[in-house]
Amino acid sequence: MSARVPLLPAIAEDVAAGRRSAVEIARAALAAIREADGTPEAGLNAFLSAGGDAVEEAAAAVDETIRRGEASGPLAGVPVAVKDNLCTVAFPTTCGSRILEGYRSPFDATVVRRLRDAGAVIVGKTNLDEFAMGSSTENSAFGPTRNPHDRTRVPGGSSGGSAAAVAAGLVPAALGSDTGGSVRQPAAFCGIVGIKPTYGRVSRYGLVAFASSLDQVGTFGRTVYDATLLLQTIAGPDPLDSTAAATPVPDWLADLDAGADGLVVGVPREFFPPELDPRIARLCHDAAERLAAAGADVREVSLPHTEYAIPTYYVIAPAEASSNLARYDGVRYGLRAPGADSAVAVYEATRSLGFGAEVKRRIMLGTYALSAGYYDQYYGTAQRVRGLIARDFREVFATGVHVLLTPTTPSVAFRLGEKLEDPYQMYLADIFTVTANLAGVPALSLPIGTVDGLPVGGQLIADRWQEGVMVRAAAALERALAG
Amino acid sequence: MSTMQWEPVIGLEVHVQLATSTKLFCADSAEFGAAPNSHVCPVCLGLPGALPVVNRRAVELGVRAALGLNCTVHEVSRFARKNYFYPDLPKGYQITQFEQPIATGGWLEVEERDGSVHRVRIRRIHLEEDAGKSLHDRLPGRTAIDLNRAGVPLIEIVTEPDLRSPAGARAWLTQLKQVLEYLEVSDCDMEKGSLRVDANVSVRPAGSAEFGTKTEVKNMNSFSAVEKALAFEIARQTDLLERGGTVVHETLLWDAARGEARPMRSKEESHDYRYFTDPDLPALVVDRAEIERIRAALPELPAARARRFRDQYGLPAYDAGVLTATRELADYYEAVAARAGDAKAASNWVMTDVLGWLNQQQCALSELRVSPEGLADLIRMVAKGTISATMGRRVFMRMAETGRSAADIVQAEGLAQVSDEAQLEQWADEVLAAYPAELERYRSGEERLFGFFMGELMKKSRGRADPKRASAILRGKLAPR
Repeated sequence: MSARVPLLPAIAEDVAAGRRSAVEIARAALAAIREADGTPEAGLNAFLSAGGDAVEEAAAAVDETIRRGEASGPLAGVPVAVKDNLCTVAFPTTCGSRILEGYRSPFDATVVRRLRDAGAVIVGKTNLDEFAMGSSTENSAFGPTRNPHDRTRVPGGSSGGSAAAVAAGLVPAALGSDTGGSVRQPAAFCGIVGIKPTYGRVSRYGLVAFASSLDQVGTFGRTVYDATLLLQTIAGPDPLDSTAAATPVPDWLADLDAGADGLVVGVPREFFPPELDPRIARLCHDAAERLAAAGADVREVSLPHTEYAIPTYYVIAPAEASSNLARYDGVRYGLRAPGADSAVAVYEATRSLGFGAEVKRRIMLGTYALSAGYYDQYYGTAQRVRGLIARDFREVFATGVHVLLTPTTPSVAFRLGEKLEDPYQMYLADIFTVTANLAGVPALSLPIGTVDGLPVGGQLIADRWQEGVMVRAAAALERALAG
Repeated sequence: MSTMQWEPVIGLEVHVQLATSTKLFCADSAEFGAAPNSHVCPVCLGLPGALPVVNRRAVELGVRAALGLNCTVHEVSRFARKNYFYPDLPKGYQITQFEQPIATGGWLEVEERDGSVHRVRIRRIHLEEDAGKSLHDRLPGRTAIDLNRAGVPLIEIVTEPDLRSPAGARAWLTQLKQVLEYLEVSDCDMEKGSLRVDANVSVRPAGSAEFGTKTEVKNMNSFSAVEKALAFEIARQTDLLERGGTVVHETLLWDAARGEARPMRSKEESHDYRYFTDPDLPALVVDRAEIERIRAALPELPAARARRFRDQYGLPAYDAGVLTATRELADYYEAVAARAGDAKAASNWVMTDVLGWLNQQQCALSELRVSPEGLADLIRMVAKGTISATMGRRVFMRMAETGRSAADIVQAEGLAQVSDEAQLEQWADEVLAAYPAELERYRSGEERLFGFFMGELMKKSRGRADPKRASAILRGKLAPR
C-alpha cells in the first residue's frame, strides 16, 4: 500500500493562494463525473444529479471571496458530493425513490450549510439504496451504482454513490449517512475511509429520516485526515435538532499524528466467527500486529450480545422507518398516483407505486413490530437487547480499552444481483457494523488490504464522544500499513 | 316497568389549546383565524428532513395547568408518536405523550347546588400537538386542508370516571374552564376550538361496584351540548339494558341539530396507533427548581378566592361566587373595594351596576369605560352625600357611556346634591303652593300624600335634593300648626 497524502488541505491551500480557482476545480470534477457516470446501464452511476448554475455560482462565490482578500474556509474550493437523502436547495432530494422524484427541499440540511460555510462546493447528489435501506445501492429507483474497483460488483450501501465517487477520484470527499453501516460498509467495499460519528455529534436536520435513533451523517475521504477534516467541519450542536448534543467538539486534527503509543486496542472475539472469510480475519490480525508494533497494547475482549445485533436492528430500524415514511402519502408533495378518488385510495395507490420492494418490506416489518399485541414481543424486546449491547460497549471501554478493531464486513464486495433475492443474506452484510449504531458509539472503516484484488476494510470503534482517539488510532494504522 | 335504578358513570377527556404565540415544535404563529396555510414551515408541514424542537413556553403553561389542577408534575416525561393516516396529519403521526405524561394524579373540586363539594380526580395531563383542519365546504367536491392548526400546542386532561350526572359534568367543566382561565394557560374559547371535550359514559345498576361497557361521545361544541349528549347517551344505554340488550364499546358523534349521538363508521375508529417513543425528541426534563418556580407564581384560584371574599369582605357565598367568576372581574372588584373603603357597597355596585351594564350592552369587562378607581370615587361621592344613591346610578351610566369621571359629570351637569336649607325650603314652599287641593286632603288626614309631595320636590330639584333633609323640611311644613 502507498502512503496516503491528504487531498483536502492541498486543494484549499491552492484555492486560497489563488493558484487554482474553485470554478475550474468544480468544472473538472463535473467533467470527471459525466465521463465516469455515463449511463445508468453502463457507467458508475454514482450521481443522481450534478452540476448546474448553482454549482458555478457557489464556486464563483468562493473565488470572489478570495479575490477580495477575505478569509477563506478550511475547505475553500473543495468539491464535495452529498448523499441524496440530505436536503439541498440547489439539487433535487430524491432519497433514491420514485415517491420523491424531482422533489426540491426549500431548505439546506445543517451539514450542507456548514460545508458551504467552510468554502466547500457541493457538486452533486449521490445515489443510494432507496431511503438508505440496503447494503448494495441496488435498491435505488434510479439504477445501481457500480464499484469502481470492479464494475460487476456492488459498491456497498446504502451510501454507495458517495463511496464510489470518492474511490473513483471524482470528488476528494463526500457525505453519507450511516444507520446500520451505510457509510462504513461501502467505504470498506470501495477501499476508502468512512466515519460514522457518535450519535448526536452531527445534526440530523435535513437528513431525511430512516431510523431516527440510529441515523447519523458520516464522512468519506481517501485518507483518515480528509474524512476527519470533513467531520470536524460538520460536527457540533444545532438548535434545529434536539438530538444533536451540546457536547463541545475538540480539535481532532491536532492529535491526529500522536501515534499508537499507549493506545489500548481491543479485538472482540465475537467479530471473528467461523463464517468470516479467513483472509479478511488474517488482514485484521495483521493490522492489530502493526498497531502493537507501533506501541499499542492489543488485547482480546468480548462483546457478548453481538450475536443479537442483526435481529435487534431489524426490529428497531424498520419500526422507526414505518413511522418516518408515513408522511409520503401523496397529499402535500412528491408523487401522487393518478386516478385515486378518496384519501385512502390516494395513500394506497401512491405508496404502492412510489416505494420499492425493500422499503415496503421494512414498512411492513416495522408496522408489525409496533402493532398491538406484538409490541412487547418485538419492539419492547429489541429495545431491551439494545440496552444490553450498549452495556457491552460501556463495560469493555471501562476496562481501559481505547478502541476496538474488527473487520468492517464479512466479505469483500459481492456481485451485482448476487444477494438481491435473499434479503437475509443482504442484511448479514451489516453484521459487524450495526452494533455501533445500536450503542450510539463512533466507528470508522479504513482500508487494511485486499483479497482477490478487492479492498478490505478494518473497523475501529471508540466510546461515545471519543472520535479523537479513534481517528488517532486510524491514522496510526494507516501509516503503519503504508510503511 | 323495571324498578332497577341505573347510575351513570362519566369520565371526560378535555383538550385545551395553550396560549402560546408559537407552535409546540416550531416557530410558526399559533394564532387563530389567519389565511389558510399561512402559518406553516418545513416542521409543521412534515417536510422530509425537518425535525421538531420543543417550545419551552408551552411546557411551562402545561406545568402551570397541571399544578393548578393539583397534579404531580414529573421531572422527566417523554414524547411519543401516535401513528395514523389522515390528510390533515402531515407527518402521518401526531407527537403526543403516552406512557410517561408530564403530569398525573390531580383533582378539581366542584361545589354542588346543595353546597356539598364533589372532587373529580384527574388521571393524567399530557402535552401534544394539534392536527390541521380538513375543510369540506370550501371547494365543491373536494376536501381542502388548512395546516395552520397543525402543531399548535394542546394539553389533554383525562379524568377518572368520577362524574355521575350530565349536570355534574357540565358544572365540573365550567369549574375547569374557570380555573384554566385564572391560570391564563388558555383562552378556553370553545368556538375557536381552544377547548374540546370528549366523554366516556356507561351506566350500571345503582350500588354496583363494577363499571358497565362504556361508549365515547365526541363532537360536542359547548358545555350545554355535553350535558345534552350525555343525557341522550345515558337514556339510550339505560333503555338498551332494560330491554335486555348489551352496550357495544364504540365511538359516537353528537349531532346537535338532530339532538342525537350516532356511531362513527367503524373504519374511522379501528385504529392501532402503534405508539412508541419519538426518537426525534429527547426526554422532556422540567427540573424541580423550575416546577417550584412555576408553582410559586400560581395565581389564587377561584375556589380559594371565593372563600377569601367571604372571610375577608364578609360577602355572602353567592356574591363571592359571582365576583370570582373570572379573574378579571375578581381583580376589578378588589380594586374597587380597596379604594372605596367599603367592600359591601363595592360588591353591590359591581354586581348590580357593572354586571347589569355589561349584560345590557353585551360587552366584556375589558371594554368597560369605568375604571375600578373611577367607580370607587363614585361610591365615595355617594357615601359622602355629594350625590344621592339614585343619582349615583345615573352618573355611573353616564360614566360608562362617556368614559368621563364621576366628578366631571356631576360638576358639568350640576348634579351635586343640594343640602342648602334655604333652597330646600323654597322648593318645598313651591310644591305646596302648586297643589292646594292635595294639601287640603293631606291636612284632612290623607297622610300617604307625603310621598307625592316628596316626589314633586325631587322632580323640581332634578333629583339633586338631599332626600333626608328635604323630607325633614317638608314634614316640618306639613305639621299641624
